[in-house]
Amino acid sequence: MNTTPVPWSFRALQAATPLLFLTVVLVFGVLEPRFFTLSNLQGILLQSTATALVAVGMTFVLLVAGVDLSVGALMFVGGALAGKLILAGQPLALALGAMLAVGLAGGAVNALLITRLRLIAFVATLGLLHFGRGLGLWITQTRAMNLPDQFLQLGSAKWLGVPLPLWLLAGVVLAAWTLLNRTPFGRHLYATGFNEEAARKAGLPTRRIVALAYVLCGACAGLGGMVALAQLGAVSPSFGEYYEFEAITACVLGGISLFGGRGQVFPGPILGAVLVKSLFNGLVMIQADPYLFPVITGAVIFFAVGIDSLRARWLQRWNQRPIYLTDRI
Amino acid sequence: MTSSPASSNSPVRLRFEGIQKSFFGVPVLRSVSFPVRAGAITALVGENGAGKSTLMNLLGGNLTPDAGQILLEGQPHQPRTPAEAQRAGIAFVHQELNLFGNLSVAENLCLDGFPLQGSPDPSTSSGLGWINRPTLLLMAQNRLARVGLKLDPNTPLHRLSSGERQLVEIAKALGRHPRVLILDEPTTSLSAPECSRLFELMRELRSDGLALIFISHSLTDVLREADDLVILRDGAVVAMGPCQEFSSQQLIAHMVGRTLEQLFPPRDSGRSFRQDAPCLEVSNVTQPGIVRNISFSLRPGEIVGLAGLMGAGRSELARILFGLDPHASGEIRVSGEPARPGPRGRIRQRVGFLTEDRRGDGLCLEASIADNLTLVGLPQLARTAIGWLDPSRLRPMVQTIREAVRLTPTARDEQSVKTLSGGNQQKVVLAKWLLAQPKVLILDEPTRGIDVGAKYEIYQLIHQLADQGAGILVISSEIEELLGLCDRILVLAKGQIRAELPRAEFSQERILAAALPA
Repeated sequence: MNTTPVPWSFRALQAATPLLFLTVVLVFGVLEPRFFTLSNLQGILLQSTATALVAVGMTFVLLVAGVDLSVGALMFVGGALAGKLILAGQPLALALGAMLAVGLAGGAVNALLITRLRLIAFVATLGLLHFGRGLGLWITQTRAMNLPDQFLQLGSAKWLGVPLPLWLLAGVVLAAWTLLNRTPFGRHLYATGFNEEAARKAGLPTRRIVALAYVLCGACAGLGGMVALAQLGAVSPSFGEYYEFEAITACVLGGISLFGGRGQVFPGPILGAVLVKSLFNGLVMIQADPYLFPVITGAVIFFAVGIDSLRARWLQRWNQRPIYLTDRI
Repeated sequence: MTSSPASSNSPVRLRFEGIQKSFFGVPVLRSVSFPVRAGAITALVGENGAGKSTLMNLLGGNLTPDAGQILLEGQPHQPRTPAEAQRAGIAFVHQELNLFGNLSVAENLCLDGFPLQGSPDPSTSSGLGWINRPTLLLMAQNRLARVGLKLDPNTPLHRLSSGERQLVEIAKALGRHPRVLILDEPTTSLSAPECSRLFELMRELRSDGLALIFISHSLTDVLREADDLVILRDGAVVAMGPCQEFSSQQLIAHMVGRTLEQLFPPRDSGRSFRQDAPCLEVSNVTQPGIVRNISFSLRPGEIVGLAGLMGAGRSELARILFGLDPHASGEIRVSGEPARPGPRGRIRQRVGFLTEDRRGDGLCLEASIADNLTLVGLPQLARTAIGWLDPSRLRPMVQTIREAVRLTPTARDEQSVKTLSGGNQQKVVLAKWLLAQPKVLILDEPTRGIDVGAKYEIYQLIHQLADQGAGILVISSEIEELLGLCDRILVLAKGQIRAELPRAEFSQERILAAALPA
């Protein structure tokens, strides 16, 4: 077998995210001892749940070399609708169901725009992002809605000593992992992301595969919205903002390639989400200037995407075949 | 020559009968008829554009014939999609492999039919159900054993060498139990031991009764391995028969065999360019894996052809010369000065490049004719004192250049380029460079997909550019085109210049002999 030796620089690249994680934790731990307390670490984990759920959905989309910018807006629309339903005295289950339905519907719209109308994913989902935020503002009339305590209790309730949102996350991750690794659909998704044209030639229903990826991403956004809502207990006009960036950052930090076809749903994106939230948490704890937050998250995104790009280029170089071995007319 | 040539009376598995196919009115296949026997290797040879790929695409369901039919074991075979052809028992191993580097070998082998748990049938395209991993591995092992590959089916595909990938692709094709196996240039990028392993496998498959169609440009391989030979030229079968009846020379003669008609504007062979200072000097340019030790020079007014097989490095060399791709060592000088980096630097030194892919790289298809014409010349031509564009100065220039290239007068300046015919599109591309008055112009396949009449006009334009004082480097897969157009021809093979012929010594046979692998 022809095994190309892996250069040390590539190994370092692969280890970049864990190293960044370690650095963040150590720096904040030194600057602020309270960062290392059990309750704070638990808090970070809980705060990461919503982002992690959205990131799991984003993984499907990134694996087919797409992107979904609308997830945060879908969370907002779902949250606004759920808030209205609850305040109108409707049962909790209906409100939660509405959030999931909004996510699924948004994902279906994206799927339609991208696979049928052949829009570029970036533009299609950016459009839905604006549409969704506008719709949410219209539903809420730009007023914040405070939800009854039963909703907050849902966010902090525990089963076997573990908060419900973490159970939900665990279930979703397990389902996503199984779907991606143990079903033909999952393997076809990877194949499509690696080379859509070749997948089509191999007779795979690539359109349906891509469409389903967006629908699943929307559903995960709905679930993420539920968790975020249960933890916040209120729908403000900024609810769900920047979730698309957090989720994409989490995925890319977790080794999901923006070029498609590479990366695993576990543990990468989950750790990525925790890393992003640790960064926020640490910055709050050391009382950093809030105006600096976007600057720092922006830098992290550049870091993650830069690594992804480097990795893709190296992989491509290795897979390149020397052309003067060929001899066709 | 072969260890055990199939007996010449083995049954016919597949028969092409009077197949015709044209693209946009240009005939590509003219009444092609020949049989393909079961238990035999039928080699299909011919120059570029002879119609081999079109023929195989008809068989594989990517295209449908205009006339004629294909008989598969006596039954008409009319696949409308690749999937239909597959179901009919046609397996096509393409030159560029359709494998997925991010999946395991086993997954690649069973991608379109994963074995499922609790179900005897492999998955259809629904993608639902749980993959039965143990069965998957077993299936993969069986398929790998068929092609004699000993490796763990769990290996990620990207770890395999190109030879192993080729065998995996064949194993995948065999998994569908085909009746006809098409191997399109299977030895491309294989090492010598990998090649002999592949040929051994082909002989085994032949004795299993499979009908193999072997497309190759390695004439030695063809003569050694094949049983039957079919030679295509200009879309027609010019010779066929048992391999033993052909010698290598005869083969080349059949492949080439036509006279130069009045297809080219006259160009005398007495021209000498020695006295002029070269406008392009290339010395010892090397890029590992791409080109080696390329040295030549190009003088103003000279048209130099770059001949060679596909993959010999012609287009890659052109890209290096134009600064699109890097080179590891060697020097490129333009008009006596070192070449400035990147395409922008080259354009500033008046180097022009007309890419192989006219629609993709050479034109802004949606933009207007006028915009396309002035794209390159814009900075020098239409700048006012403060660097803004002055449309009123552009208009007369566009008019002059349109007349110069005889662009179809019915098209308006504002019309988008994509509405033009291929020939007119190419005129726009050439006119664009004409306006920029290049010193060096690199033309990669300047007449691809253009009808004969328009070709003549393109050749005239190229002469005109040369007469303006541009040094022109032409890449073409059509040897005739180079013979008719150029003052000098360089033959590239495996990234190296193998021969250099002045116009007085032009001969198609010598070029082919230098270009073909030994």
